[in-house]
Amino acid sequence: MNSWSWEVFFDAFPAVLEGLGITISLTIACYLFALVFGFGWTFIRRIPIKPIRWLIIWVMEFIRSTPPLVQLFFIFYAWPMVPVIGVALDPFTSAVLGLGIHYSTYIGEVYRSGIENVDSGQWEASTALNFSNRQKWTKIILPQAIPPTIPMLGNYLIIMFKEVPLASTIGVLGILSMANDYGAQYWRYLEPLTIVAILFLILSYPSAILINRLEKKMNRRFDKKTVLGRMNKGKGAVM
Amino acid sequence: MNEPMVKFKDVHKSFGDVEVLKGINLDLMPAEKVAVIGPSGSGKTTIIRMLMTLEQPTSGSIIVDGENLWQMEKSGRLVTANEKHLRQVRGDIGMVFQHFNLFPHMTILQNCMTAPIHVKQENKASAKARAIEMLDKVGLGDKLDNYPSQISGGQKQRVAMARALVMRPKIMLFDEVTSALDPELVEEVLEVIRDIAHEGRMTMVLVTHEMEFARDIADRVLFLDKGVIAEQGTPSEVFGHSENERLDSFLRRFRR
Amino acid sequence: MITINALNDVFPILIQGIKITVSVLLASIVLGYLTAFVAGFCRLSKNVILRKITGFYVEVFRGTSLIVQLFWLYYAFPILFGIEVGSNFWAGVLAISLNYGAYMSEIVRGSILSVAKGQTEAATALNMSRFQRMRLVVFPQAVRMMLPEFGNYLILMLKSTSLVSLIGMTDILYYGDILRSSNLSQAPMVYLLVLIFYFILALPLIWLTRKLEGFSKKGVASQ
Repeated sequence: MNSWSWEVFFDAFPAVLEGLGITISLTIACYLFALVFGFGWTFIRRIPIKPIRWLIIWVMEFIRSTPPLVQLFFIFYAWPMVPVIGVALDPFTSAVLGLGIHYSTYIGEVYRSGIENVDSGQWEASTALNFSNRQKWTKIILPQAIPPTIPMLGNYLIIMFKEVPLASTIGVLGILSMANDYGAQYWRYLEPLTIVAILFLILSYPSAILINRLEKKMNRRFDKKTVLGRMNKGKGAVM
Repeated sequence: MNEPMVKFKDVHKSFGDVEVLKGINLDLMPAEKVAVIGPSGSGKTTIIRMLMTLEQPTSGSIIVDGENLWQMEKSGRLVTANEKHLRQVRGDIGMVFQHFNLFPHMTILQNCMTAPIHVKQENKASAKARAIEMLDKVGLGDKLDNYPSQISGGQKQRVAMARALVMRPKIMLFDEVTSALDPELVEEVLEVIRDIAHEGRMTMVLVTHEMEFARDIADRVLFLDKGVIAEQGTPSEVFGHSENERLDSFLRRFRR
Repeated sequence: MITINALNDVFPILIQGIKITVSVLLASIVLGYLTAFVAGFCRLSKNVILRKITGFYVEVFRGTSLIVQLFWLYYAFPILFGIEVGSNFWAGVLAISLNYGAYMSEIVRGSILSVAKGQTEAATALNMSRFQRMRLVVFPQAVRMMLPEFGNYLILMLKSTSLVSLIGMTDILYYGDILRSSNLSQAPMVYLLVLIFYFILALPLIWLTRKLEGFSKKGVASQ
């Protein structure tokens, strides 16, 4: 068996690196899509009509608990075959839709927990000050609800980055595709796949540390009434 | 009767750069009731936490019933005690905490049965009988199957006392046991301590802010200030007119 | 488009994949939780070397992508060490359980650390040994904190089983892909059915997660 070869490693490195631009831009596109779409979920599930709210909750649950890989295939292979509304989409767009929608259901929950953690007194105070409904949201509630969720949203950026290689299965030419192509061409998988792993580690590990720091800072600033504070409950609890 | 139950010999304790105890010498006699008072941060709690082995002294030694608590002999030399040695020596000591520290995942009865069964290898039936007896004694015989979250703070503290008592300690330590309680719940807890004290068998050390109570039940009162025992004596000596200015001003804050 | 006849063709084929999906899931759950506890406790160990090695494992598996780990285990690992992982089944199960085991070990560690310090002290005051303190007092409370998170990971693991079709295992998605490539116009119904299959498998896990959340609210110190 031929084992590790540095020659192959350095030969494969530029080839794999070529996909990095695509991987990163796909990550950002999917993430932005999920951030925006997440807001959509958060608001439509506040519709005060029970059956509709119930339906939306189950749709979110359905999207969240079925594999993103299958959802990608659905959008890429099946959507064009759907009569009337179906259109063919290129791999990149399919991936943005598929991963974006999948993770928007998670991000919607993050927003929701942020909003629910705003003290009910804030609603009452803004009513007492005669703010309009729109003003309540934009001036009072959201400015308090969103900042504490930033570290959690940051976590989802890293999660998204690690999910993006799924898109190689529908032909998006990110680093994983490049490594697989190299492997298929020269029948050397070890080095290119290791390069991919290293690239992921190099990019995601420092970001994770950064977000960890941010989280600690936020915790100090927003004390315990925030989402993160709530997640950390139990620490120092006594009985 | 003349041999001290516990002996502190020149005990020092530092946390990082801060020395909280600067040479404590103290004898506790069998069945003696000692109240420890003093401003917060004076190191009162640290004294009993070291005796309970929750905190290791920086230097000095603590002798419990003739045995060195924090050191043991190993091939002719004194070395820091290991877990096994600590378990051997601290078996006679029990403690009640400021924040109760009841086990939330166990019922009141289980809270009082677990240690006898697992630590003392008592059989279940006798451990249960003993636990019920002690819970009756603290007035909670009707709460056996409740969980700690379902009872009041005063009741929790009484359970904590029953939990310590089932182990038949010779020495009981009370760490500001009423300061986390609502004022109206304090008396029911003090009542139980009074009962235990009147039975008389145990050595008791009470770190407390309840001056009236300390005067009532203590044989001796220690005033701890800035890491040393600044004053000690019978309650009437300490709470009477003292030469010590710091003690005077400390007590005046409570008389108001 | 979706005719009863087509459904009759598709359904029996897809259902053949359920056995693989479920067995990969079950094996991954068992091995994943096992890894989580072993790694979680190792990270709390007094032994520095053990702590560092487990720390390295956790960071590597959390820092890279599951699909990359799967391919690496399946294609690269045998080359590097000259040994096969055994089969694509084990490559899949190992990748999933090592990946999620790394994430869950952090939950194990965090939960144990977040049991209030007073609990250990009370147990010490009752003269319990180190092991008894962990077994009787700290661990039972820590587990209650872990459970809801563990429930969420059940669903993540279920979703990740779909990846094993990429290394040639004949799971639900594999049969879905076969059906799609034989008749592209069936694709919408095929994938919709595949999604529904996964959702049906997820339902008991969702239910279990809710139960665990309820259970964990009861017995943990909070005041």
